[in-house]
Formats: sequence, C-alpha cells, structure tokens
Amino acid sequence: MSVEAREKRQPWILLSPALVAVTLLLFVPLAFIVVYSFWLRTATGADQTGFFLDNWNEALSDPFYRDILISTLRIAAITTLVCAVMGYPAAYFIARSKGNKALLLLMLMLPFWISYIIRTMSWINILGVSGAVNWALIEIGLINEPLQMLYNETTVILGLVHFLLPFMILNVYVALESIDISLEDAACSLGSTRWQSFLEVTLPLSLPGLAAGGLLCFVLSAGTYITPLVLGGPTDAMFANLVFEAIITQLNWPLGSALSLMLLAVLGTLVLTYNHFLGMGQLMKGLG
Amino acid sequence: MGWQVIRGWALAVYLFMFLPVAVVVLLSFNASQFGSFPMTGLSFRWFVELAHNDAILRAFRTSIVLGLLTAVVSTTLGVLASLALVRYWVPGRNLISTLLIAPILVPEVVLAVALLLFLNALSINKSFLLLLMGHVIFTLPFVILVVQARLVGIRRDYEEASLSLGASPIQTFLQVTLPLLAPAVFAGMLFAFTISFDDITGTLFWKPGGVETVPTQIFAMLRNSISPEINALGTVMIFLTVGLPLVGLAIARRLAMQRGS
Repeated sequence: MSVEAREKRQPWILLSPALVAVTLLLFVPLAFIVVYSFWLRTATGADQTGFFLDNWNEALSDPFYRDILISTLRIAAITTLVCAVMGYPAAYFIARSKGNKALLLLMLMLPFWISYIIRTMSWINILGVSGAVNWALIEIGLINEPLQMLYNETTVILGLVHFLLPFMILNVYVALESIDISLEDAACSLGSTRWQSFLEVTLPLSLPGLAAGGLLCFVLSAGTYITPLVLGGPTDAMFANLVFEAIITQLNWPLGSALSLMLLAVLGTLVLTYNHFLGMGQLMKGLG
Repeated sequence: MGWQVIRGWALAVYLFMFLPVAVVVLLSFNASQFGSFPMTGLSFRWFVELAHNDAILRAFRTSIVLGLLTAVVSTTLGVLASLALVRYWVPGRNLISTLLIAPILVPEVVLAVALLLFLNALSINKSFLLLLMGHVIFTLPFVILVVQARLVGIRRDYEEASLSLGASPIQTFLQVTLPLLAPAVFAGMLFAFTISFDDITGTLFWKPGGVETVPTQIFAMLRNSISPEINALGTVMIFLTVGLPLVGLAIARRLAMQRGS
C-alpha cells in the first residue's frame, strides 16, 4: 500500500471505534424505537408487531399528555429565564472582576461537580417541615406551626435552577470574556453612559453565550424526571416522568417509545433551530 | 455604584449555590436522632453507621467499578477519535464531529429508553453490561470535547522530529505522542469517571433489580424520609466529587510543569 493511501486510511481506523459505538448505541436504537412505537403491547405482556397507530393516537390526542407537555415546557421556560436573570450579572462580575478570576470560576465549578441528587435533596434540609427556614421562623416567633413549602411546582423550578445555573453562568462568561473591553471604553468616550454602552455594545455581543446557556438550561430541564420526583408533589409530573412510568412501571414499551419520540421531536426541533441560526460552536466553547 | 450592585448580586448567587450544600455537610455532623434543626451537638455517629451499612458500601463498589470501566473505555474511544479529528484532514469533519457529540444533544431519558429497548430486543437484559454501554455512550462526547481542546495545544514538531530521526511510527506514538497526551487522557478519564459516578437519569432505566449505584441508593433512601445518614452520605460524596477533580487538577498541572521544564 502506498504511503498516501495509508495516510488516508489512518484517521478512519482511529475514528471507527467511536463511530461504531455511537451508531450501535444511539442511532440504531433510536431508529428501533421509531419502529417499536408502531407495535402494540397486548394484555398478556407480549408485543404484537405490525403497524398500529394506537400509541401515537393516545400520545398525541389524550389531553393528559398534552397538558403535561405544556406544563413541562412552561417549567423549562421559567427555569431558563430565572437562570438568565440570576446568572448574567454573576457572569459579568466574574468576567470583569479584577480579582482572582480563576478562583471565582473554580468556585462556580465546584457545585458542578457535586452530585445532582445531593444538590436536589439538599433543598429538603432547607425548606422541609423540619428544615432550616421553618426552624428559624419558629425560633424568632413568626410562626407556630411549620409551613409546608416543599413539593410543589415552585420547588421543582428552584431545584432545576440550582442544578442548571452554572451552565448558564459558564456560557455567558465565555462570551463576555471574548469581548474586547476597549469597545465599551470607546462607546463611553464617544459620549454614551456606562449603562448605554452595556446595552448597545456588551449585551448584544454576549447574546450568543446567553442563547447557548439558555438552550442547555431549557433542554436539560425539559428532559428531567428526577427533580419532580424528589422536590415535586403528586401533580407535578413532567413529561419525562410519563416516559419513566410507561417504560419502568407499566412496562408498556411501545407507548413509552412513542412518548420518548414526542419529547425528542419537541426538544430536537429546538436544538436544530438553534443550530440553524447560531451553529454549535458557541455551545462547544462553553462545554469544553 | 453599579459595580457594587453587580458584586452583591454575584455574592448572592454564590451563596445560593453553596448554602444548601453547606447545610448538608453541617447536618451530617448533627448528634440528634432526626436529621434536622436544631443541632444538638457534633457527632460522627452517622458516618460510623454509614461505614457499617452494607447496602451503601455495595453501592459505592458498584459506582467505582462502573466509573473506572466507563473512564477507560470512553477515554480510549475518545482519544482515538480526537486524534483523527485534530491531526488529520478528514472529509466531512463537521458532520463526524456532530455525530460524535450527538449523545449529549439527545435528551438523556430518550437515549436511555432507546438503548434499553434496543438491547433488550437483542436479548441483552438489564445488566451491568447494559449500564456500562449506556455510561460509555453518554460520557463519550464530553471526553471528545475535553481531549480535543487539549490536543489542539500540542505541537506536532516533536513527533516530526522523532520520525525524521529514524523512530518508527509506533515508537514515536509510544515514546513521544503518548507522554505528550497524558494530561489530555487524564482529563478525559477524570471527566468520564465523574459524570458516570454522578449519573442517575440513565442509570435508573438500565440498572438490574437489586443493583444500586450511589446516586440510585440515595434516591431509594429519599423515598422514606431524609435521614441524617443521607446527609452523611452526601457529605462523603461532596468530598469525593469535589476533592477528586481538585487533586486531578493539581496532578495535571504538575504533569504540565514537568513537561515544560
């Protein structure tokens, strides 16, 4: 074999294990559940192969599923918005700080490394019936009986914000860091106030980072089922909880396939739209 | 004035991130029967009970073995793929990159369902093997992103020098490239291990009955009520997951410094 031919083959040899893994463990399984979603689970528990629209009919027309899909998207949107409002000034602070930026970033990354389940359940210690807040309120005599603050939609959002805020801050930080500070100074020296120069120069330039962080927050919160199970009440199920129920509890795998694909379609459309307008570059910068 | 507001805001955000975690650590030393306020005194009793809890020790073993295997497999695949993407001209490079990071673009629940049902159809039931394959596939994109970022910074001159001085490609890879790659490999493995160790979303779908990882064990314990033991376990996890990357960072820095000198 010629040297050139070998040069050409080498990258493919290096790439093939990863490509095979992604194909066999992601793409083929995804194609499989598309087929599976048209099968039927019979009363005996066996699958009836064929082409049935029953699962899709149920998933798309039952108002129960539709309502939960809508409330899932609402929760994800609120979470994203809260993350943006809380995270942007914090990211701005780190990016423009004259102090030890590396330390500030490291401190932000620490909660990132702390287990998701621990961080989620930590709120029970704060807001639970015998948690810190109730104890403090009783101690200072504001209330006599502990308040029931947990297990509602607000605490689900709180848990999600606590989990996702570092993603937002990191993405906004990366965008802010790449902006030349002298641009802001130039705007100021040309007569605009600090606030104006922020609104007209810095903010627009940092929007890609905000969008990348927003996409991550939205997609990750819309796909969660653990947070509602830990911090939500019986009526706070999100769409991924329905998937979990169908697959693990009811063992109705064809219906579970259809529901998973519905979630994938909604969130996938979002990711593709984002990719079309902004590309994946900014997102990768924030992750890597 | 404006800067003061921003600083105060950032401080509040940091407090929001850290306070709940700090309370977990604080309560894990609580001497009282119930894992709640008021604190009645400092005690290590919950850690002692933890050390005697077989279910938790088993979960730790499972998580560590799973994390290590995931790290080795995922990093091997990831380093090879990253080498190809950074070092060679590959037609359709963007498409390949997108395919390789696709596992993080698909919601993890959907990935979990698809993998479970597909492998089940191939008669691979819920098992440790299924868990491992699942963990490999969703850590792979992170490994590739981290390793690629490190690889870009390594100059090719050393390898070219080695080759032109008569070393074979394999010798060059083992004696020049691999040592240069060490920090990237290390970072990839650390990342894969930590993500695997922390995962619960996919794990709950893939784990066989009776097998628990640390996060699923905590989740199962939460179903009853929040006991001081969970806080103690949380504290151990916090020190492990925060301590490990910090130690890793220090080692990576030392490796980089040795190379520089």
